[in-house]
Amino acid sequence: MKLKLLFAKIGFVMVLITMGVLSTSFFQPADHPPAPDQDHQKSDEEPWETVVMEEEYNAGEKIIEHIIDSHEWHILDYKDSEGEKHHVSIPLPIILLHEGRLHAFWSSRFQHGHASYNGFKLETEGDHKGRIIRTLESDMIDSEAIVEKKSDELPVDLSITKNATAIIISSILLSILFIGIARRYQRRKYEAPKGVQSLLEPLILFVRDDIAKSSIGEEKYMKYMPYLLTLFFFIFFNNLLGLVPFFPGGANVTGNIAVTGVMAFFTFLIISFSGNKEYWKHIFNTPGVPWWLKVPVPLMPVIEIIGLFTKPFVLMVRLFANITAGHIIILGFISLIFIFGNLDVTYGYGVSIVSVLFSLFMTLIELLVAFIQAYVFTLLSALYFGMTVEEH
Amino acid sequence: MELVNPGIGLIFWMTLVFAILIIILGKFAWKPIMKALKERETFIDESLKAADKARDEIKDMEFSNEKLMKEAKQEHDAILKQARKTKDSIIEKAREAANEEADRIVENAKERIENEKKAAMTDLKNELADLAIEIAEMILKDELSDIKKQKKYIDKLIDEAQLN
Repeated sequence: MKLKLLFAKIGFVMVLITMGVLSTSFFQPADHPPAPDQDHQKSDEEPWETVVMEEEYNAGEKIIEHIIDSHEWHILDYKDSEGEKHHVSIPLPIILLHEGRLHAFWSSRFQHGHASYNGFKLETEGDHKGRIIRTLESDMIDSEAIVEKKSDELPVDLSITKNATAIIISSILLSILFIGIARRYQRRKYEAPKGVQSLLEPLILFVRDDIAKSSIGEEKYMKYMPYLLTLFFFIFFNNLLGLVPFFPGGANVTGNIAVTGVMAFFTFLIISFSGNKEYWKHIFNTPGVPWWLKVPVPLMPVIEIIGLFTKPFVLMVRLFANITAGHIIILGFISLIFIFGNLDVTYGYGVSIVSVLFSLFMTLIELLVAFIQAYVFTLLSALYFGMTVEEH
Repeated sequence: MELVNPGIGLIFWMTLVFAILIIILGKFAWKPIMKALKERETFIDESLKAADKARDEIKDMEFSNEKLMKEAKQEHDAILKQARKTKDSIIEKAREAANEEADRIVENAKERIENEKKAAMTDLKNELADLAIEIAEMILKDELSDIKKQKKYIDKLIDEAQLN
């Protein structure tokens, strides 16, 4: 018995060490600056190239790079035997609206920000970093040294970015999953759930009984069930996918303010459209409040109207901040390996053990957070719906 | 793209995809799932109720069975009791009748014996009288063969008669 435990412990430590070593070797090529002579040579040809080549590992920049949206799905960087740096990523469609014209092409045309295409270019520095900007073509054929002028005007960027791709992929997966389960429900009508169905049924019942029924009420909850269930599973599923470090996971979907904002906006729309007379009366003419809070200066209505918008705003920020924070902490622990690795390779290996342990711990907490945040977003939405349809 | 600066493209795609997802899942997943769940719940509910009812019915049936048994037993007992009673009374009556008959027979026998006795006595008396007369004749004949003796005897008879 004791021997078994010892073996298990040794095995665990070995797995950790392997993981540490793997992760170091995995990231190593990306973080080691290329040979200086080559760097120099390249920068002569392409002046914008220099900014990409950092001399040192910049943890903050790397972390932000991992959690924000991007126009390509970055897989890995590696250096081949000749020391040349390769950048592997999945190209994504770029869709731009500029001066009434639609431009569509693959993001591979930009060569990871090294080239411009069709008068557009992926900005790699400054205020618009990561956005697509317009370059003025007339300036491009100037003299020997190609100097690009940048236009202040930004095209309307409707590209299917990394997060948009992740949203589409996860939506397709969710549809396949739940439509399959729905079929099974219809086929095995009065039987006990089986397989994935029995895995997800408690969650569906949880959303129905503990979220919708308890906060909206027995009579009216049915109307909101499709939205609440979609919301809950979309957030939960994407939270979990966000923790998977490789394709199709790894996109920080629920930690993106645009995504959480859209979901909060949907909640806001449903609140506004399902509000009954009493709900609006409560906002514009709050009962049970002294008249002088309403009449010369409409203090209460103003507060209530602000409240109308703070509710979805808080929903948006809470989910975004929680998920992003979790990702930053995990990436921070991973970054520690490279910060120490840059000082000395052995430090890197040493720290990797601790870092992997902490990342593992954080990932487990993130699993919990993934559920809790999905629950909180759905519960609060349901509570707001309950308030709007409440009969006094 | 900045961290807290939402990209217009992502907002557009998210809105589109999320709206489509709500519609698709709402129509093809949540509606049938919620319906099936509800149906299953009512089915289970009804089944439990039916089982409860069946149990009650069985209990009722058991109760009525018991009652029937009890009644049957009571009836059985009553019949037995009645039978015993009848038997006893019959025996009693029979005994009484037998006693009466016996008494009557005894009475008759007694009467007849009495009569027979009387007849026998009468016969015996007659016999005796005859016998006495004969004896007396013989004695007298013998006695009276001598005058002295006759006289003595006559005297004695007279004495006796006077004494009586």
